[in-house]
Amino acid sequence: MISLQGVTKTYRLGKVEVRALRGVDLDVARGEFVAIMGASGSGKSTLMNIMGCLDVPTSGRYVLDGTDVARLDDDQLARIRNRKIGFVFQSFNLIPRTTALHNVEMPLIYAGDPNRRSRALEALEAVGLADRAGHQPAELSGGQQQRAAIARALVTNPAILLADEPTGNLDSASSVEIMKLLTELNEHHARTIVLITHEHDIAAFAKRVVELRDGLILNDQRRVA
Amino acid sequence: MNLLEALRVAFSGLLANRLRSSLTMLGILIGVAAVILLVAVGNGAGIQINNQIQALGANVIFVYPSNARGAGGVSQGFGTSQTLTMADVEAINSGQQDPDVVAAIPIAQSGGQITYANQNYFAQTTGTTAAFPQVRNYQLAEGAFFTDDDVASQHRVVVLGQTVVTNLFGTTDPLGQTIKINRQSFRVIGVFAAKGGTGFGSQDNVVVAPISAVWAYLSGGRGKNVNMIVASASSASTVDAAETQITTILLQRHQISDPAQADFQLQSQQDILTQANSIATALTLVLGAIAGISLVVGGIGIMNIMLVTVTERTREIGIRKAIGARWRDVLTQFLIEAMFLSGLGGALGIALGAALALEAPHIPAIANSSFPPPVVSVPSVLLAFGVSVGIGLFFGIYPANRAARLHPIEALRHE
Repeated sequence: MISLQGVTKTYRLGKVEVRALRGVDLDVARGEFVAIMGASGSGKSTLMNIMGCLDVPTSGRYVLDGTDVARLDDDQLARIRNRKIGFVFQSFNLIPRTTALHNVEMPLIYAGDPNRRSRALEALEAVGLADRAGHQPAELSGGQQQRAAIARALVTNPAILLADEPTGNLDSASSVEIMKLLTELNEHHARTIVLITHEHDIAAFAKRVVELRDGLILNDQRRVA
Repeated sequence: MNLLEALRVAFSGLLANRLRSSLTMLGILIGVAAVILLVAVGNGAGIQINNQIQALGANVIFVYPSNARGAGGVSQGFGTSQTLTMADVEAINSGQQDPDVVAAIPIAQSGGQITYANQNYFAQTTGTTAAFPQVRNYQLAEGAFFTDDDVASQHRVVVLGQTVVTNLFGTTDPLGQTIKINRQSFRVIGVFAAKGGTGFGSQDNVVVAPISAVWAYLSGGRGKNVNMIVASASSASTVDAAETQITTILLQRHQISDPAQADFQLQSQQDILTQANSIATALTLVLGAIAGISLVVGGIGIMNIMLVTVTERTREIGIRKAIGARWRDVLTQFLIEAMFLSGLGGALGIALGAALALEAPHIPAIANSSFPPPVVSVPSVLLAFGVSVGIGLFFGIYPANRAARLHPIEALRHE
């Protein structure tokens, strides 16, 4: 499903070169639930951006669902993000003053899907938010907003769900709720999920934990169920 | 992303900042309203001038004396020479060399105080011949015009225009009354029907008498001058031919071989119309251009507000890009928003400008003046709307492109 081979990423901040990734090899198979852990500065956000096709690697190969995306242009990357990737962000990133339903519909609008309304309603139902479809983000609790964001990530039926600190802005009760939802999506709907976190108890929900340090993979452990 | 969706997004974006959107729109609204109103004023003036020239009479040709050039090439001022005579008029009227001229009349003007009972009024008295109503296209409201016999016998009779009647007689019936022009008694035998139009030497402010009587009683012994000859051609298409024929006759009679040395000049109604139209068009253009400046200012206002909007919504742009919006999608969204602002402002501006233009003639201060009623033209409305949408497009491109080129990662990080 996902295959990174010798991926490096070097930023230039003024005159200083920052080597955020120094050669990462990582394979994620269909149906996996992987947590990527690391301290800040370990390169996990950069890895997330590359896996999410928001950025391209400086060198190395990145094959997503059979497509080498390392050398695509901006519009092609936008298309890949639209079709194959679902993002869940720490700060939910729903569009304000826009109903939950419309937020969930949005990826389908860019995809030009004529059945977007019914598909968006299905996705909201799947995250248990069907009764809040007409509410705007400001009228929803943090947990509800994150569920709407998960529905938006799922609505295009993407190859992979990328969750960047999805519980970072939530209280512990909502955090558990969200993690249970992700676990259920992985176990009962065979969703491939890559989770980025620095919290061990959140990473514990995943079946595989990859630890990053200084732009390299330090540790890759599968949890025995 | 389809157009309907883009419009919906643009509309909700504008609704989110109602005051700001309204103020931005106001800039375009005022600009467009100013263009519509001022162009309508220019148009109205043009149409009024046209009507007045048309009221001079159809297919009319004016013959003025002009400054004859002497051997030394010294030319005198316009109208200083008195080169036209009654014999010229008769030659033109004889019809032998000018089949396309229907009739020609002499005009001799004399200013004077006109009195009736205790009323007095100042107007030029026009001395002419019996063909005057035919050539100058006047209808009689009451009485009759004077005849060739009146002219031959120097009868002291006058026919008055409506403006003169109103000023001298009020509600009294003027027919048969005697008025005094420069203390000479003249009997009113007819009244012209109103021709309408104001300013530019009103066609209703006339006092017409036999030319012989004007010479005899009003010219103060200055002789039998003809200030101008007015001829009418048989139709609009023969005006040019008639002009040539009149020129030939007069050159012959004045014994001038070189037409460049002619001591008279001709002007047709069409010449005057063409001149007046070019002046009116220039006036309309200048008024429109002045108003157009405010449109540009409005456009800059739109650009300014769109730049603010793009900065404010950087995060939203990042989200949209993360979930699959392409460069084109973001560009379209912000362009449509800018065009929606300017287009709606333009439509409201057209409504305001047209309403002001239509309402203007009903404002007492304007209704009582000779200010021409503004006329809103359809092309100016379409152009103003097109230009306002175009302004949205032009001033929207830069901010929209700035939004569309934002990098998704940086846009998402933006607080």
